[in-house]
Amino acid sequence: MNDTLKSLRFTLLAVVAALFVSAFIIVITDLEALGDGNFGQAFRTLGTAYWGLFKGSFGSLRAISNTITGATPLLLAGLAVSSAFKAGLFNIGATGQMLAGAMGGLWVGFTFQLPAIVHVPLALIASAAAGATFGAIPGVLKARTGAHEVITTIMLNSIASFTVLWLLKTELFKREGRDDAISKFVEESAKLPKLFGFMGKRIDLLAHYGFLVALLATFVFWWLLRKTTLGFEMQATGFNQEAARYAGMRTKSLVVISMAIAGAFAGLAGGSEVLGLYGYASATVAGDIGFDAIAVALLGRSTPIGTLVAALLFGALQAGGRQMQVDTDVPIDLIIVLRALIVMFIAAPLLVKAIFRIKGEAHAFGQTFRGWGG
Amino acid sequence: MKFELKGITKRFPGVVANDQVSLEVSTGEVLALIGENGAGKSTLMNVLYGIYRADEGEILIDGSPVSFSSPADAIAAGIGMVHQHFMLVPVMTVAENVVLGVEPTGRFGSLDISEARRMVREVSDKYHLELDPDAVIEDLPVGVRQRVEIVKVLLRDAKIVVFDEPTAVLTPSEILEFFEIVKTLVSAGRGVIFITHKLKEALTIADRINVLRRGKVAGAADPKHATEAEIAEMMVGRAVQLVVDKSVAKPGESVLRVANLSVVEPDGRTVVDSVSFEVRAGEIVGVAGVQGNGQTELVEAIAGLRRAASGSVTLDGKEITSYSPRERHSAGMAHIPEDRQRQGLVVDQSIVENLVLTRYHDDEFSSGFLMKWDAAEAKAKELVAAYDIRTNDPTQSASTLSGGNQQKVIVARELSRDIRLAVASQPTRGIDVGSIEYIHAQMVKERDAGTAVLVVSTELDEVMSLSDRVLVMYRGKIVADLDPKTVSHMDVGLYMAGSRPDEARAS
Repeated sequence: MNDTLKSLRFTLLAVVAALFVSAFIIVITDLEALGDGNFGQAFRTLGTAYWGLFKGSFGSLRAISNTITGATPLLLAGLAVSSAFKAGLFNIGATGQMLAGAMGGLWVGFTFQLPAIVHVPLALIASAAAGATFGAIPGVLKARTGAHEVITTIMLNSIASFTVLWLLKTELFKREGRDDAISKFVEESAKLPKLFGFMGKRIDLLAHYGFLVALLATFVFWWLLRKTTLGFEMQATGFNQEAARYAGMRTKSLVVISMAIAGAFAGLAGGSEVLGLYGYASATVAGDIGFDAIAVALLGRSTPIGTLVAALLFGALQAGGRQMQVDTDVPIDLIIVLRALIVMFIAAPLLVKAIFRIKGEAHAFGQTFRGWGG
Repeated sequence: MKFELKGITKRFPGVVANDQVSLEVSTGEVLALIGENGAGKSTLMNVLYGIYRADEGEILIDGSPVSFSSPADAIAAGIGMVHQHFMLVPVMTVAENVVLGVEPTGRFGSLDISEARRMVREVSDKYHLELDPDAVIEDLPVGVRQRVEIVKVLLRDAKIVVFDEPTAVLTPSEILEFFEIVKTLVSAGRGVIFITHKLKEALTIADRINVLRRGKVAGAADPKHATEAEIAEMMVGRAVQLVVDKSVAKPGESVLRVANLSVVEPDGRTVVDSVSFEVRAGEIVGVAGVQGNGQTELVEAIAGLRRAASGSVTLDGKEITSYSPRERHSAGMAHIPEDRQRQGLVVDQSIVENLVLTRYHDDEFSSGFLMKWDAAEAKAKELVAAYDIRTNDPTQSASTLSGGNQQKVIVARELSRDIRLAVASQPTRGIDVGSIEYIHAQMVKERDAGTAVLVVSTELDEVMSLSDRVLVMYRGKIVADLDPKTVSHMDVGLYMAGSRPDEARAS
């Protein structure tokens, strides 16, 4: 069995293991049923909960639309983490880069009056450029001073959050008649069209063209890695910086470029949320997506296709979780537990090996964390 | 007392590291265990030392079976191990290191340092191992650090002392001192297992020689009668060319000229001290020296990986001192770096990718921003065949190759293009005899084609047999420029240790 299949199997098993543990949690937290000694009821709750999870994520067009809506920013931000991983960098800063991208897209979105065919791409480019610029900062800091990107990206997240909070209250961004941190609306011409717009005006189908942007970005990431000299250099640097330097690669510039590329992906995530989902920006536009993106990249093992699948899975869990909460008393917080369990099992290959009694080396598995080496 | 390993088999996923290996050693004798890298020597010793558990077979002490589940068990049974890479805490003193784990304690469990000093002195006096118990490890030369390790083992009352490649880091004179220590140990009734791949040393010091090949015992030899060639053949499984086969060099014009080159570390130490020499077309110049005398830094300065503090490097009459590694590459310099895993290869990437690692930007393998992977794969197929790289599939990762084949990947990549100068640092470190032969032959071939070749190696034999001219480096300076055909190994060894043969003889 080759390494790809092996790691795919481990990933699937990690998800299965996490679903099992979550099932256990659902059963033992159904206190009412358990208190009455009614185990049958507890297991029925479990069935309803997991059925709700499935129904809410793939059971209808609306469910699918919700899954896609959730997956879109996760995929783009996930690419921001994955692409940095490939270059041996651990990008915790997707949140800050998303915020930068959101503000860039927002500004172009409300400032100009242009036909949509120009306005949308321009706003997206502004998002990517803002994210790239912001992402390059930790790259420059690392290349120039050796400051570890984990520290600097975390700090820059805070800087971004508070800067956005302030910006949203300035005359330039502030929405007329509002005192809280909420922005103007972008022009109609800057909005990303709805993905299922061809089905008529249905306000419950939120999925937008941001998903296509994300798919395109995934392809670009793949193309970059597999077809370009830059991708070759990034990966060589990521695996072995000494060897890259020996081979004449400019490893310091590569750190900056890799972080800028990561920032561009995250910037698009912020832009697509503003231009596709909300139509404006608030201080919470990035939410926890920047951190969930780390889980997505880990689960997807930093490959383009893996990141795509992981983002869809997380999007589905998020969409299905809401349905689950409606159908049963199981709170949507369980989804957070489930996701955490998946990541934990991914990070602990030996545990998965022990549970499923797999023989042989788990070594194909631990490599996702290489980014720490820098 | 007699230690026996009987029918030891140890399997790892995909390999049988030890296959029915049996050997025995008694106190009062030296057993040399010889084999190439990957022959299973270290695995066997780790079984003996309780680090691995054998899948089959048993360990006997004086005929009764024992079982070790950790090194602590092995130590308690009287086995001591001196590792190739010393297990010492650099910032602590000799006494502190020696008693680590068996600390003599005073009241309230505090370390009784004067008792520790006394223990160190007692052992070092008994075995004539001169040591200052209060010296800090990081201030000591390698030979002395090894003595600390030996004292550590003796203090734990080892009956059998295992030395894993003990001479790799020593100067020729330190090696002689080491042999004296071994003799003292044996006459004091200890047994010694001496793991090495250096045949000469095994023949000098051992009472018996066991040879391992591919995890099996390939045979035994009596050092009183056996020759190097016989043992080498046993080790490799076929007749081996121990001497590099080459004609007289016909040096041409000067290709590499290094003038007053100095390299200074960030902490202010001068590691390369105003070095000047030249390498002409069609000659192999070897740089001998004990590890850590500035050879690494010299090579890195020539290859552009380290900045020169002063001086110049000239290639074909053009000054390249401020060139980047890539510019030097384009100017016709090939560099086989010292550490193949750390520098020469990206082991997690494929063999194809590694074969173009320093060349992917050439028009042949990329056009602007886009890689031409088809061309790279075609080239890889060609090089795998031409340079005898043993692999079924060049798209597999380089980590699947043996050390010798990994080194061949680097050699193929660096020598297969049109070059003027080849700089090779430790080109055969830790690889099998077959690959060594092959790589040496390639370098001679390159020389005969008119390339200037600079070889840096800490293996004196390699430098002496491969080079047409030998430079000796000591504390950052070139201290001798010698003709390997007329100078003796011993004299080169003296230069390596910082003395001059004429002085040494006079005293």
